[in-house]
Amino acid sequence: MSAPAGPGSWPLARGPVEALGHGTLGVVEALGRFGRFLAEALTLVVLPPFKLGRLVERIHFIGYRSLTIVVLTGAFTGMVLGLQVFLVLSRFGAEGFLGPAVALALIRELGPVLCAVFVTGLAGSALTAEIGIMRITEQIDALTVMALSPMRYLVVPALVAGLICFPLMTAIFDVVGIFGGYLVSVKLLGLSSGTYFGEMQTFVDRSDIMVGMWKSLAFGILVPWVCTYKGFHCGHGAEGVARATTQAVVLSSVLILVLDYVLGSLLP
Amino acid sequence: MIRVRHLEKAFGSQRVLRGLDLDVATGEIMVVIGRSGGGKSVLLKHLLGLLHPDSGSILVDGTDITRLRGAALDRVRQRYGVVFQGGALFDSMSVFDNVAFPLREKSRVREAEIRRRVEEKLDQVGLAGMGPKNPAEISGGMRKRVAIARALITEPEIVFFDEPTTGLDPILVNTIHHLIQELHGKFRFTAVMVSHEIPEIFAIADRVAMLHEGVIIEADTAAAIQASVNPIVRQFIRGDAEADVAAAAGHVGAPA
Repeated sequence: MSAPAGPGSWPLARGPVEALGHGTLGVVEALGRFGRFLAEALTLVVLPPFKLGRLVERIHFIGYRSLTIVVLTGAFTGMVLGLQVFLVLSRFGAEGFLGPAVALALIRELGPVLCAVFVTGLAGSALTAEIGIMRITEQIDALTVMALSPMRYLVVPALVAGLICFPLMTAIFDVVGIFGGYLVSVKLLGLSSGTYFGEMQTFVDRSDIMVGMWKSLAFGILVPWVCTYKGFHCGHGAEGVARATTQAVVLSSVLILVLDYVLGSLLP
Repeated sequence: MIRVRHLEKAFGSQRVLRGLDLDVATGEIMVVIGRSGGGKSVLLKHLLGLLHPDSGSILVDGTDITRLRGAALDRVRQRYGVVFQGGALFDSMSVFDNVAFPLREKSRVREAEIRRRVEEKLDQVGLAGMGPKNPAEISGGMRKRVAIARALITEPEIVFFDEPTTGLDPILVNTIHHLIQELHGKFRFTAVMVSHEIPEIFAIADRVAMLHEGVIIEADTAAAIQASVNPIVRQFIRGDAEADVAAAAGHVGAPA
């Protein structure tokens, strides 16, 4: 039987408990700030004045500048899929299902996820660094004291641009990926073109496409949200911006995979 | 009229402002001096509404801005112009667009009128023809002047200067000070300036306030501050690192 705790043991026992309490409160507070940031931005999305010029510039920043990497990675993802799935299916004599297998993998999972991860690395990190530098050079404070909302200038256009660009870029990724799979399976491995595309039409339906689109829309909010938040709340100096950029990419990538699983479970 | 009363602010266990009082009269140039880390920038951020105090009040023409948030605070800020330490120019825009930015965003002035006013303001700060340049292409002194032009383009009633001459050579320091003095003479705005530039600021300040360990220990005319008997003020003005100011303990917290 253990001895009853004397008064002298309290500080020792209280230390870890206090630390746990502080830690928990810190996490809850951070999550609250994170959620409030999005809520404020979404409110401003529907409230005028709308910054159309900034929106177009952000679409160029997030969408157009990521196009090359999306096309390139889409093509090679489709080619790798075509090659690997062909090798597996050929063992069962089921090469005819290669087209739907590539298409379904791309449209439901790989397209939205990989596209979001690559755009995070390219545009998301740049978004965090840009806003972070604006923070440490007092440009955000300058907007605030001009009685202009930094959220409206920096966050809202990025969120709306994300909502517009991510589904479009995912669609491009999917199409290029399917074409990459076609090149490998039809032109290289000798599968007939009719089998590749014909079976695809049979097995891929609208709900599969919608799953991919819903996911890309969710990632279209998630990535700008995380990246602008991290930029807004970066630490001091170049080190603070560097840390915020790394955190933004890591957190976005992890949340993309978590959200992908959650949506994959919930959507039909 | 800006009236700061019993302003207190702590970051964790560090008390930066310890019941600070300060009065700035309408139309005057008030320069706040003090050692680095003494709370000058924190005071300025409170005046701008970028930080909120733990206690105390900041009355701008009778309105306590520490209680204001959102649109109400923005209404007060409409009367402000701010020159940040590094200029805080938007590096994605040209010099012209930087100066035009507040007009384009906050007013319904026509583009032709904006062009005229921006060119006039750039001319006033000695940067005529520099409009198409990018902020990265111009010198530190020019960036400060662009920041001054941007702060004054909306003809604000109150202009805040956060160390507007830090990092500039002595000739440029005087050039910027003369420019501020000249523009103040022309537009009669109330100016609150945080600066280290001793003795140059005495030439342009109507009044000088010495901030030390979170309180204003002395606020008076430039001449009176220069003749101050307070050892802390004297040490700061002389830049004497060796002076013993321990005896000054009695002066700290004395009424401003």
